[in-house]
Amino acid sequence: MTGSLLSIENLSIGFTGLNDQPIFIVRDVNLTLAAGETLGLVGESGCGKSSLLLAMMGYYKQGLGRLRGGIAYDGQDPGLVSSQQLQALRGGGMALIPQNAGQALTPTLRIKAQMVEVLRLHSDLAPGAWHARCLALFERVKLPDPEEMLERYPHELSGGQQQRVAIAMALAGEPDLLLLDEPTTGLDVTTQVGVLSLLQEICRDLNTAMVYVSHDIQVISQVCNQIAIMYAGEIVEMGPRADLLNQPVHPYTQGLLASIPRLDQQTLPHPIAGEMLQPVHRGSNVGCGYAGRCALATDQCREIAPLAQPIADRWVKCHEVTAARAGEFIRPAQKLLAPNLSDSELLAVEDLSVRYQAPTWLQSLRGQQPPAIVRAVSFGIRKGEIKGLVGESGSGKSTILKTIAGLQPSLSGRITLSGTDDLAGPVESRPRRCLRKVQLVFQNPDASLNPRKTTGEILRRPLELYFDLGPGVMDEEVDALLQRVNLPESYKGRFPGQLSGGEKQRVAIARALAAKPELILCDEITSALDVSVQAAILKLLLDLRADSGVSLLFVSHDLAVVETLCDSVLVLEGGEVREAGSCAEVFKNPQHAYTQALLASVL
Amino acid sequence: MLRLITRRLIFAVVTLWVVSIVVFSAIELLPGDACQAFLGQMAQGKRLENCRVEHDLNAPAYARYSKWAIGLASGDLGKSIKRSKPLEEIIGPRFRNTVILGLTAALVGIPLAIVLGALAALYRDRRADLWISFIAIFCMTVPEFIIGTLLISFFSVWLGWLPGIVIMRADAPLLDVLSKIVLPVMTLTLVMVAHIMRMVRTSMIDVLASDFVMMSQLKGVSRLRQVVMHALPNALLPTINLIALNIAWLMGGVLVVEVVFNYPGIGRLSVNAISDRDFPLVQAIALLMASLYVALNLIADLLALVLNPKLRTRGAKV
Amino acid sequence: MSSAPAMLKGVMATRSGKIGVVLVGFHLLLALMSPWLVPYDFAAQTALVDHAGPSLAHWAGLDTLGRDVLTRTMLGGREALLVTIFGTGLAVVWGSFFGVLAGYLGGRIDELIMRSVDIFLAIPWMIFLLLVIASFGNAPIVMILTLGFFYGIGVVRMARAATLEVVVKDYVLAAKARGESPLSIMMTEILPNVRDVLMVESAMRWSWMLLAFSALSFLGFGVTPPTPDWGLMIANSRIYLALAPWPVLMPMIALSSLIIGINLTADALAKSLGVDKTTRALV
Ligand SMILES: Nc1ncnc2c1ncn2[C@@H]1O[C@H](COP(=O)(O)OP(=O)(O)O)[C@@H](O)[C@H]1O
Ligand code: SF4
Ligand SMILES: [Mg+2]
Repeated sequence: MTGSLLSIENLSIGFTGLNDQPIFIVRDVNLTLAAGETLGLVGESGCGKSSLLLAMMGYYKQGLGRLRGGIAYDGQDPGLVSSQQLQALRGGGMALIPQNAGQALTPTLRIKAQMVEVLRLHSDLAPGAWHARCLALFERVKLPDPEEMLERYPHELSGGQQQRVAIAMALAGEPDLLLLDEPTTGLDVTTQVGVLSLLQEICRDLNTAMVYVSHDIQVISQVCNQIAIMYAGEIVEMGPRADLLNQPVHPYTQGLLASIPRLDQQTLPHPIAGEMLQPVHRGSNVGCGYAGRCALATDQCREIAPLAQPIADRWVKCHEVTAARAGEFIRPAQKLLAPNLSDSELLAVEDLSVRYQAPTWLQSLRGQQPPAIVRAVSFGIRKGEIKGLVGESGSGKSTILKTIAGLQPSLSGRITLSGTDDLAGPVESRPRRCLRKVQLVFQNPDASLNPRKTTGEILRRPLELYFDLGPGVMDEEVDALLQRVNLPESYKGRFPGQLSGGEKQRVAIARALAAKPELILCDEITSALDVSVQAAILKLLLDLRADSGVSLLFVSHDLAVVETLCDSVLVLEGGEVREAGSCAEVFKNPQHAYTQALLASVL
Repeated sequence: MLRLITRRLIFAVVTLWVVSIVVFSAIELLPGDACQAFLGQMAQGKRLENCRVEHDLNAPAYARYSKWAIGLASGDLGKSIKRSKPLEEIIGPRFRNTVILGLTAALVGIPLAIVLGALAALYRDRRADLWISFIAIFCMTVPEFIIGTLLISFFSVWLGWLPGIVIMRADAPLLDVLSKIVLPVMTLTLVMVAHIMRMVRTSMIDVLASDFVMMSQLKGVSRLRQVVMHALPNALLPTINLIALNIAWLMGGVLVVEVVFNYPGIGRLSVNAISDRDFPLVQAIALLMASLYVALNLIADLLALVLNPKLRTRGAKV
Repeated sequence: MSSAPAMLKGVMATRSGKIGVVLVGFHLLLALMSPWLVPYDFAAQTALVDHAGPSLAHWAGLDTLGRDVLTRTMLGGREALLVTIFGTGLAVVWGSFFGVLAGYLGGRIDELIMRSVDIFLAIPWMIFLLLVIASFGNAPIVMILTLGFFYGIGVVRMARAATLEVVVKDYVLAAKARGESPLSIMMTEILPNVRDVLMVESAMRWSWMLLAFSALSFLGFGVTPPTPDWGLMIANSRIYLALAPWPVLMPMIALSSLIIGINLTADALAKSLGVDKTTRALV
C-alpha cells in the first residue's frame, strides 16, 4: 500500500493462556493511515485500544506479544528492525503522548533533562541550541514561564502542565505520527478543553498524523477525522467522523452513542445490556464478539465471525447490517421528571465549613488558621429529591459527603436530618437510628467491597446491624435486595473478584439500600464505569427513587450525567457554592461566570 | 528541608537518650547488682562491700544513672568491673576494628547488592535471576557461623591462601587490620548482599513496570540509560531507609562473625563481657552499638533527602 | 477464601514449593519422633574412639567426646523448633496487634507506637538476648519471650504497612460510616485482607528466628550441654573440621535444609497468594 504512513494487517496481540490456548487482547485488526491523517480509536476500557496503540511502536506490555499479523510504519515493521533503528523510530518517527503524564515523567529528573534526552537522540541540533529549542517547544504548547518550568521536577507541575510537557516532549523529535493514549482523561473539563484545542492546533499547523485513543467519543470527534470503534479486541466499524456519528451502523456503535448522556436532551441515555467480557473469558468464542449483548444477534452471529463489509466510505463487521441500518431497536426513553416532590425538607446543611488540618502549635501561637476546604456551604434536600453536586477535582465535593456521613469532623455549621436529627457529630457519636438513615456509595467499585466477603455476607451485615431479623427473613431480604438491583440470586455466593465493575457497583448500591435509608450519598459512583454500563446504573437510581422515595446527593464532575439524573444542582468551586437551583434553570441559564465556563467546556 | 533535618537530629538524640534509660534499667532489673553478678559465688562480706564502694553501687539508681549519662555525654564510658583499664581504652580500638569491618563490608556489599538486584530484576524469571536469587536464598538462610566455617575450611585449610583465624592485638595498626579481614568481611558481605539484593530486586521490578520507564523506552532511550538514569534512582529511593534498618539489624551477626574469626571487635568483646558478667562494659557497648544504629539511619535519612526531589520541596512532610 | 488445604495445594504447585514442604515436614516429623527413633543415647560416650569416621555401628561417626553424631543430629533441632515456633507465634501475635492498631487508628497512637518501634530497633538485640539469657538462664520460656519480643518489632512495621494499604479502601470507610466498632472493623474488614501478607512474613520470620537461635547456641547461650543442638555441635567440633568433618557437616546440613525448606515454602506461598511484592525485609 503506497502512500500510507502506517498500515496494520490482521494484527492479533495476546498471550498464551492455560492449555496453550491463545488469548486475544487485540484480534485481526486492519487499518491504514496516510500522512497527516487523524484517526480516533474509541472503545470501553479493556477493549485493547492501548495495547494496539503501543504495538504500533513495537512495544508490548510484560507478558504480551504479537500473535500474528503485520505492522508497517514507513515500510518498516517495528518488530523486525534492529534495536538502533527501533530507537530512532521511537520518539523520532512516531511519538507517544501518554495517558497520565504525571506518572510518565521520571520523578527524579528535572524537566529539562528529560526534554534534552529527546533532542539529543532525535534532532540534529548542536548541544548549545537545545535550551532555546526547549523554550520554543514550551511556548508552542503554551506553558507559562518556560525558563522556570525547565528547572522544575515533574511533581512541581500541575496535571495540565505535566500533560503539556508530555506533548512538547513528543513534538521535540519532530515525529510524523503522534500516538495519543487518553491524553486528557483525568484532567478537569476546563483543562481538557485547553489541551484539546492545543492538539487541534498542532494537527493543523504541523500536519502530523495522529492516532488518538480514548473511551470518550466526544473527545475523539473534536480532534479526529476518521473514527474506528473497538469492541472486545476488534475494530467493528471504521469511517469518516460525520458518517459514524450521524449514522452509526454497527449495533455496538449505535448502542454506544445512545448510552452517552448529553446536555439539553430530554431523553434518558439508553444502556446496553450486560458488560464486555474479559479476554480470558472470550477465549474460544468463534462468533461475533458482541453477540452476548446484541439485540439483533442470531445463531449465525454466535457461530461465524462477521467479516468487514464496506458501506460507502466506511466498513462494518456485522452480519445484520440491513437490520442494523433500519435502526429501530433503540427507543430513547423520555426523561422522568421527579414525581411531585413534597415540600418537606429531609436534609438541611447550614453554613458548613470543613478543614482537614488542625492548626499546628506554631500556627496557633501566631494566630494563623489553615485554610478551610469547604467554606460556608448551605443547601437543603427534599424528600425524594436527587440533588447534584458538581465541581472540578479538589473543589470539596467528597469532603461535603464525608462530613454528612460523619467521617470528617466539621469546623462549623449545622447538619440536620428530618428536622430533628442532628448530624453535626462524627459517626461514633450518632445513634444507630441516624446512621441507618444516611448511606454511602463510593466511586471505585474495586475498592468499595471487601474482597474477602461474599455478596451475601456483604448485604447481610447492615441488616444485622440495623434490624432485628430472624435468619429466614434475613435470607429473603438479601434475595430481595439483589433483585432490586437487577442481579440474580445466585450472586449471593460470589466474591467481589468474580463480579464485573457494574455488578460490583450494583452490590454497593444494594448494601446501601439494605439499611432502608432516607438519603444515599453517591460519590462519583458511575465515573469508573463505561458509558454503556453507566446508563444502566443511572436508570436503576431513578427507578429506586420512584419506588421508595429515597433522596440522593449525587456528586459528579460530569455535567451531562447530573443534568440527566438530578432535579436540582449545586455548583461548587474552591469549597464555595457558586450557583444553586433546579437543573433546568442552572443548565439553561447559568448566572455565575464559573458555571458558564464549566458548561462551555462540555463537549 | 532544614526543619526536616532538625527534626531528624532531635529524634536521634531522643532515641539515644531513651535507649540509655532502657539499657540502664534493664541491667538494674537483672537479679543482683553488678558486683554480685560479677563475683558470683564469692559475692559476700568484705569483698562485695569493697566492690560496691569502688563502683559506687550504694547510691540510688537515679543518681547512678545521671552520673553515667553525664559521663557518657562527656565521653567517659565508665569503669569495667573486671579490668582495671578505663573502658575507653578497652572499647576504643575494638570499636574501631568493628567499624572497619562493617564499613568495608558495606562498601563492598551495597554496590554489589544494587548491581545484582538490578540485574535480577532486569532478567526477572530468567536464568540469571534464578541463579542470583537462588544464591541469595542460600546466603540468607545459612547462618553466618556456617558460612564463616566453610570459608575458613576452603580458603585457609584447603587452599591455604588466607589466615583462617585472626590473630592480632586489638590496637594493631590499620594496615594490619585491613590485611586480616578478608574472610570476616566476605562472610558479612555475603549475608548483607543477599538481603539488600532482594529488596532492590523487588523495588526495581516495581519501577520497571512503571509508566515512566515505559515512556523512556518509547522515547527511544537506550536500555542502559533507561536503567541507570530512569529506573535505578527511583528504585533505590524507597529502599535507602530500609537498607539502613536492615544493615543495623544484621549487626547482630557481627557478634557471631567476630567470634568465628576470633576478631578483636566490640562484638566479641560484648560476648566476653556478658560471659564475665561485666555489666558496666556491656552497658557501654550496648549504647555504642545503638549510636552506630542511629548514625546509620541518620545518614540514610539525609541521603534520601538529598536524592528525593519530592522531599526537597519546601514544606514537604515525611 | 483460601483454606489451609487450598493453600498447601497452591504451595505444592511449584517444584520449589514441593521441596520446601517436604523438607519442613521431614524436620517437623523428625522432631516429634526422634526420641523413639535414635539408635543411641545422646550423651553416651564410646571411649577411646573419638573422632571416628562413619562406620556400620555409627553411620555418621563420633564426635570429640565419642558420642554418636547421627543421634545427636536427629535430636539437635528439637529445642530450636520448640523455641522458634512459639517465639514466632508470639512475635506475630503481638506485632500484628500493634501494627494493625497503629495502621488503623493513625494519628497520635500511630506516632507513639512507631516512635517506640524506632527506639526499640536501636537497642542491640543480640547483646540484649545474651544478657537476658546470662541472667535468667536458657529455659525455653525465657528464649521464647525474648526472641518473641525482639522479632515482634519488625512485625509491627510490616503489619502496619500492610494495614495502611487496606485502611484507605472504601470498604473500610463504608464500615465506619455504617457505625461498626473499631474492633469489628479491624477483625472483619482489615485482618482478613492483611492475613496473606502476615502469613508469608511470619514464615520468613520463623526462618530468621531459627538463624538467631542457632547463633545463640553457637555462642554457647542456647542450650545447656549435654543437650544436643545443631549450633552448639558446630561450635564444639568446627576446629576439627579438617580432621573429622562429620560432626560439623551433619548439623550443618540439618540446620540449612530446615531453613532453606522454610524459605522455599514461604516463597511458594507468597507466589500462590499473590503477595510476592512484599518487601520481606528483616525489619
Ligand atoms: N500485561 C498484560 N497481561 C495480560 N493481560 C493484559 C495485560 N495488559 C492488559 N491486559 C488485558 O488486555 C485487555 C486490554 O487492555 P488495554 O489495551 O489496556 O485496553 P484499553 O486501553 O482499551 O483499556 C484488558 O482486558 C487487560 O486486562
Ligand atoms: S454480527 Fe450479529 S451479534 Fe454481531 S453485531 Fe452484528 S448483529 Fe450483533
Ligand atoms: Mg488504556
